[in-house]
Amino acid sequence: MSAVTDAARVEEAARKVVAEHDPRQVSTRELLGACFDAGLAWVHFPEGLGGLGVSRGLQTVADEIVRAAGGPSAFSRNPIGYGMAAPTIREHAQSTEQARAWLRPLAAAEEIWCQLFSEPGAGSDLAGLATSAVPDGAEWVVNGQKVWTSLAHHARWGLLLARTDPDQPKHKGLSYFVLDMGAPGVETRPLRQMTGQAEFNEVYLNDARVPDAHRLGAVGDGWRVALTTLMNERTAIGAGSSLRGSGTIADAVALWAARPDCHTPVLRDRLAALWTRAEAHRLTGERARRSATTGSPGPEGSISKLVSAELNQQIYEFCMDLLGLEGTLYGSYAISEDGRDADWRGPIQQRFLRSRANTIEGGTSEVLRNILGERVLGLPGEPRTDAGKPWKEIPRG
Amino acid sequence: MAETGDVFAFDAEQLELRRTVRRFCAEHSDEATVRRWMDSPAGYDPATWARLGGELGVLGLAAPDESGVVGGLVDQAVVAEELGAALLCGPVFGTIGLAIPALVMAGDGGLRDELLPPLVAGVRTAAFAVPERAGRFDPASITVGAVRAGGGWELTGWLAQVVDAAAADVLLVAASGPDGVALFAVEGTADGVDRELLSTMDLTRRQAAVRLSEAPARLLADPGDAERVIGYALDVGAVLLAAEQVGGAQRLLDLTVEYAKHRLQFGRPIGSFQAVKHRLADMLVAVEHARSTAYHAAWAIQGGTDDPWLATSIAQATCSQAYSRVAADTLQLHGGIGFTWEHQAHLYYKRAVTDAALLGSAEEHRNRIALAVLDRAVVPPSQVPPVAGVAEALRG
Ligand SMILES: Cc1cc2nc3c(=O)[nH]c(=O)nc-3n(C[C@H](O)[C@H](O)[C@H](O)COP(=O)(O)OP(=O)(O)OC[C@H]3O[C@@H](n4cnc5c(N)ncnc54)[C@H](O)[C@@H]3O)c2cc1C
Repeated sequence: MSAVTDAARVEEAARKVVAEHDPRQVSTRELLGACFDAGLAWVHFPEGLGGLGVSRGLQTVADEIVRAAGGPSAFSRNPIGYGMAAPTIREHAQSTEQARAWLRPLAAAEEIWCQLFSEPGAGSDLAGLATSAVPDGAEWVVNGQKVWTSLAHHARWGLLLARTDPDQPKHKGLSYFVLDMGAPGVETRPLRQMTGQAEFNEVYLNDARVPDAHRLGAVGDGWRVALTTLMNERTAIGAGSSLRGSGTIADAVALWAARPDCHTPVLRDRLAALWTRAEAHRLTGERARRSATTGSPGPEGSISKLVSAELNQQIYEFCMDLLGLEGTLYGSYAISEDGRDADWRGPIQQRFLRSRANTIEGGTSEVLRNILGERVLGLPGEPRTDAGKPWKEIPRG
Repeated sequence: MAETGDVFAFDAEQLELRRTVRRFCAEHSDEATVRRWMDSPAGYDPATWARLGGELGVLGLAAPDESGVVGGLVDQAVVAEELGAALLCGPVFGTIGLAIPALVMAGDGGLRDELLPPLVAGVRTAAFAVPERAGRFDPASITVGAVRAGGGWELTGWLAQVVDAAAADVLLVAASGPDGVALFAVEGTADGVDRELLSTMDLTRRQAAVRLSEAPARLLADPGDAERVIGYALDVGAVLLAAEQVGGAQRLLDLTVEYAKHRLQFGRPIGSFQAVKHRLADMLVAVEHARSTAYHAAWAIQGGTDDPWLATSIAQATCSQAYSRVAADTLQLHGGIGFTWEHQAHLYYKRAVTDAALLGSAEEHRNRIALAVLDRAVVPPSQVPPVAGVAEALRG
């Protein structure tokens, strides 16, 4: 009963927004801001924080209406903001006022967010990170180096995980902050990736200061806060499309249809298998949305992240095999000036190269299989050499 | 029961149905019981079957109720899943999967009203002797002829492999007659019906060769209607087979996870080795995908919310592969014990092999999918992704 009325509420709110702010007329900023104000940015958030307090499964109702009216994908305008920062802020900000102050400009894509987790010495083993934060009055002083930071060069804010107590075991001595990327002592340098583009960066932190009011969660409780970010990251990456045949698989089907001269029965079966897997993946997402609640996503999000990453790679491998020798050509390795997501908008060959990162970013496929095995199936963990040891005594390299 | 229902939202009644059937199976289709019946002449326990139909009333959930409304395919899929999880011996495929849906679709009439209730009640069983290819009715492969005799019909011909036919009380047979292909009902014990039990890999699912020599038959669906009736039965059969595959695969995953937690080698549970853990993670993904596609197909046919052709092929292509893969991995992860006759893994493995071949292989279903979504794909040029060709690559 209430699910029906909730859906109707979301639908009505979305229709009102697109009627009053015609997506084809107004700026993206105005439209997305209006969505936030109407509670459509994250429908499962509380009212006043960009939500309506209804099941997260209803988000697609709002998104579809905005999309059909010609609106942009809010997520792609500020992916880390929408997918990861927002749920973390909502759960862990010190005050509702502070949360709102971050969320409104985030939702309108006025302020882009990035994620300062990975370091040269800490990737899969994120909890082993070394960047330090030391208290100084009502502020923290941060020193260290982050790496692979997507969008840092565009970002106003960064989600920062840092060590506040090196004498504790590694998971216990962490705290979580929101860092002003424009603050003194924050230096961002682009890193070039194998596609030629530079979408990620190294970020050097030299005595950068963060007010204590910008801490998320308690001191020493940063790992738990980081898990909120990571769970939402996997769900966001794996979420995929709700329309049959859309998403990456559409690239392969379109290429197939455009290249009848390249058809072989073997490639046809391969593409049918990929299409079927993409569809099973999509339906599994639909099923998960059916059981979704207003709370945080669970470890099942790891299933969709794992599948979508490997599927993307297999789909572009298929495209390359279809193209044959032509696939060995490349448009250009020059860094493009037209901003974000250049690789995914580029030629097939570039998308193919970009897809190699899918099984690394947001948790490697090996780590995700560990998570599925241990957290979903309840299998025992591996013997560890670092358990219970103070962080500073653990070997690194 | 009859309304479309919210896709993927199981209601309280469906959850209760699942619990009831699971409890029943735990009691009446435990491993020892399965082994007993698979070695018996009939291959199943008619008393257990009758209880499923009578006491539990779960054999004809997609049959019309008093008001004539047809629904409940999702409910029937829940039952098929649980029966598959327990490897329950009995004519699940022939009777629940194919014959009952065919009779449901055969339209009102004396013959249907005579044949359907005892099947639903579990006091009689049926088999479906209709040639299919890739889960589609294949009239070209019909090997049985029908001629009028007196007020009725007589069928003559030979059917090589009919699932659940050996013990069936009634056979639904597709035969070509003077006006085309029609569907007939033949009593299993009638004169001119000769059934020979075949030795099968899967001992829990029997097959028979059937010879018909001027066997008396009654017309169930005439040439104008037979294709529709048979097509519906094959679609429903594919959905219920997929649900059964989900049930078996989930049971094997649970079994193997338990084993991996408790079997120690090198001083630690084998489930802590990544080679084992990662294989189990992949099994989990396979089962989840299978479940999504099987129930999507059930809801699609129940509510008319998706093309049955595509929905059943997606389910069959996914579930056949998932069950086979999970069953093979179950053997592997159990080591030597998994290869023994004593262990139950082989019972499921053999069922998985059989199920994968019934109503079309995964490859055949992928071919059907390709026919629907690839061969006829028309994509506007604006949606074709760019390719860096020679023009772009010429370094000017
Ligand atoms: C395109 C891209 C964008 C990214 N964006 C961001 C970002 O915005 N912010 C951010 O913080 N990070 C980002 N990352 C970093 C990403 O999260 C890490 O690269 C990832 O977690 C892996 O860490 P690593 O690179 O140090 O590899 P390592 O952890 O050193 O892994 C090397 C190999 O060892 C395997 N391995 C490691 N541990 C285990 C284990 N326990 N069991 C089995 N195998 C194991 C890994 O699977 C991998 O194959 C990005 C990465 C890429 C490629």
